[in-house]
Amino acid sequence: MSQLSIDSLSKAYGPVQALRDMSFEVRAGEIFGFVGSNGAGKSTTMRIVLGVLAADSGEVRWDGRPLDLHVRRRIGYMPEERGLYPRMRVGEHLVYLARLHGMSRTAAVAAMEHWTDVLGIDARRGDEVLKLSLGNQQRVQLAAALVHSPDILVLDEPFSGLDPVAVDVMSQVLRDQAAAGVPVMFSSHQLELVERLCDRVGIVRAGSMVAVGGIDELRSTPERRWEVDGPAPDDWLARVPAARLVSSEPASGSSAGTGAARRSVVEVANPDLADVDQELLAAALAAGPVREFARVRPSLVELYRHVVSSDESPAASDRTPAEVTA
Amino acid sequence: MSTPSTRPSPATTGELSTGAAIRLVAGREISTRVRTKAFLWTTALFVVAVVLGGVLLNAVSGQGPDATHVGFTPDASAAASAFEATATGMGVTVETSDVADAAAAEKGLRDGDLDLVVTAVDPTLDVQVKAAVDQTMQPVLAAFAQQLALASAVTDLGGDPADVSGQIAQAAPQVSALEPEPARDGGQIVAGYLAGILLFISLMTAGQLVAQGVVEEKSSRVVELLLATLRPAQLMAGKVLGIGVVGLLQVALVVAAGAGTATALGLLDSSSLDLGTTALWALVWFVVGFAMYALVLGALGALVSRQEDVGSVIGPVTTLMIVPYVIGISILPWDPTNSLATSLSYVPFCSPMLMPMRIALGVAETWEVLLALGLSIALVPVLVWLAGRIYSGAVLHSGGRMKVREALRRA
Repeated sequence: MSQLSIDSLSKAYGPVQALRDMSFEVRAGEIFGFVGSNGAGKSTTMRIVLGVLAADSGEVRWDGRPLDLHVRRRIGYMPEERGLYPRMRVGEHLVYLARLHGMSRTAAVAAMEHWTDVLGIDARRGDEVLKLSLGNQQRVQLAAALVHSPDILVLDEPFSGLDPVAVDVMSQVLRDQAAAGVPVMFSSHQLELVERLCDRVGIVRAGSMVAVGGIDELRSTPERRWEVDGPAPDDWLARVPAARLVSSEPASGSSAGTGAARRSVVEVANPDLADVDQELLAAALAAGPVREFARVRPSLVELYRHVVSSDESPAASDRTPAEVTA
Repeated sequence: MSTPSTRPSPATTGELSTGAAIRLVAGREISTRVRTKAFLWTTALFVVAVVLGGVLLNAVSGQGPDATHVGFTPDASAAASAFEATATGMGVTVETSDVADAAAAEKGLRDGDLDLVVTAVDPTLDVQVKAAVDQTMQPVLAAFAQQLALASAVTDLGGDPADVSGQIAQAAPQVSALEPEPARDGGQIVAGYLAGILLFISLMTAGQLVAQGVVEEKSSRVVELLLATLRPAQLMAGKVLGIGVVGLLQVALVVAAGAGTATALGLLDSSSLDLGTTALWALVWFVVGFAMYALVLGALGALVSRQEDVGSVIGPVTTLMIVPYVIGISILPWDPTNSLATSLSYVPFCSPMLMPMRIALGVAETWEVLLALGLSIALVPVLVWLAGRIYSGAVLHSGGRMKVREALRRA
């Protein structure tokens, strides 16, 4: 299956090492979310994929072959800093870009009409780009990335600055593209959106990929946690030696009559204990009524905070990315 | 938004040849630029200025002062043609007419239809005016009186006055000059001025447009999108070609307006200016000059990322551009064979402004023009290479101003 492979890219801007050994894959038909703090190297990676920036070392491949200008012409690209001629009319601009990708005039006009329709900017075809609101300029920018029916989509922050309706439109477009077999790679700081939309996510820190995989795989950490709304943990937790208490607070709904009901989070570090959840529940039930018992998975936001802020030792950060295979 | 957002058609894209890429880029430059207000206004202003200038020139120099109307009473009418010949010989235009009698003469003078009436030529020249004889007519009248006196003396001596005046008219000094100045006339001088001014302004404007266009693409970041499909050299070539065509169109319109006005008003009937050659060479030199300046200014423009910085980065070149222009404009019309201006007219970057002036003034031999052209054209491939490298190395660099050396290193 076609896939876009980013293989050990390194890039330095003077003394600043922007990328070190950046590697990951985006498969055909998959939406890949690229997250990381500002300056982590997301845009640099995308610009290298597009060939507007040269890597110091490493390689980008499509179907196993290094990307050349011919393949790059088949990429739809949305640069981080929006790039359109401010004084050109929307329709003419899109037709021009489509023709630069080798389309005939009639095909280019048809594609322009199609994408301005889909993105809801068909009424603005005759207006100069700078007359449009920022949100609408962003839609034009996405249309510019799509107008030549690309085989690969590389979008740098396509969602920033969009209203909720536009976010929905853009999300649907990305889903449709992926469904048509196009690998879609985009960066974003809107993590809930990434969690909702992406098949796979890569988290970047300081120029390297530190975690990459499907959302569920990333969320299933080796340490499992449960939240228990029931008797105070002091009364029952000791019966499950593998578990430890993470936090405990008075349950919000507890009345004075039912005693000390508490909302507690417990953790089991050993991943091999398959039935430890049953043991926990049984222990808690033996101590009193349990109103809620649920597995707690970290959200992407928590994962991200953990990965991005953790002050790992150099040895740890040099390890290979935690690739999780499905 | 209800349309499904699937792809409209299977991929219809093909490989874009370099020629097609350059044509597309150039086509965009042309179609967007000829619609700008700036282009329409400057072209219109240029054309109007040239046409109005021609009309004004015609009004000032073509007609000269109005002809003096001279009436002749029946007693004097026989001398009318001799008087007209004398006046014309002295460079004064007169219009002669017959008046019936003294009363008609007086009425004509009072009404202003006549400036002067000759009432008698023998024995004395009698002239009637309203108030005083016009200054320009005084020497004409004096000469005519002397001529009459001479004729009557010749007749008295038994000779033929017509023979004598014929011989007098033939008598002129034969002057031989050690260093003859090339003949030039008002038409050539005006054309020389116009050629110099037009080429300077159009090269300066078009060159700056190239630099601004390069920076426009950098500052709007559209260059990143373009270079994902185009090679830098294709983008630059298309831009230079497109702006060059627009500039050439503008220059051709102005030249055509000037040549048309001059021909229509007959401004050049008495001039030795070779209008066709001068106009054609002006266009050729625009093309050559533009190619050189556009490459240099485009490459320099790529070094900066903001429109505000364009002026300072191309400043050294545009300042140097003024030198040949000022030398040409201030020296050549008065001293067409000046050695400094002549030498500079062979130097690339100077020749596009100086050579057309020399051609207009009629002091450039064809071989001289071809030599200068050859020297400039020989430099173009070097400039293409150098400008291409600087442009490629710098165009994706954003932020502060880049040094030329760094751009060359990155290319």
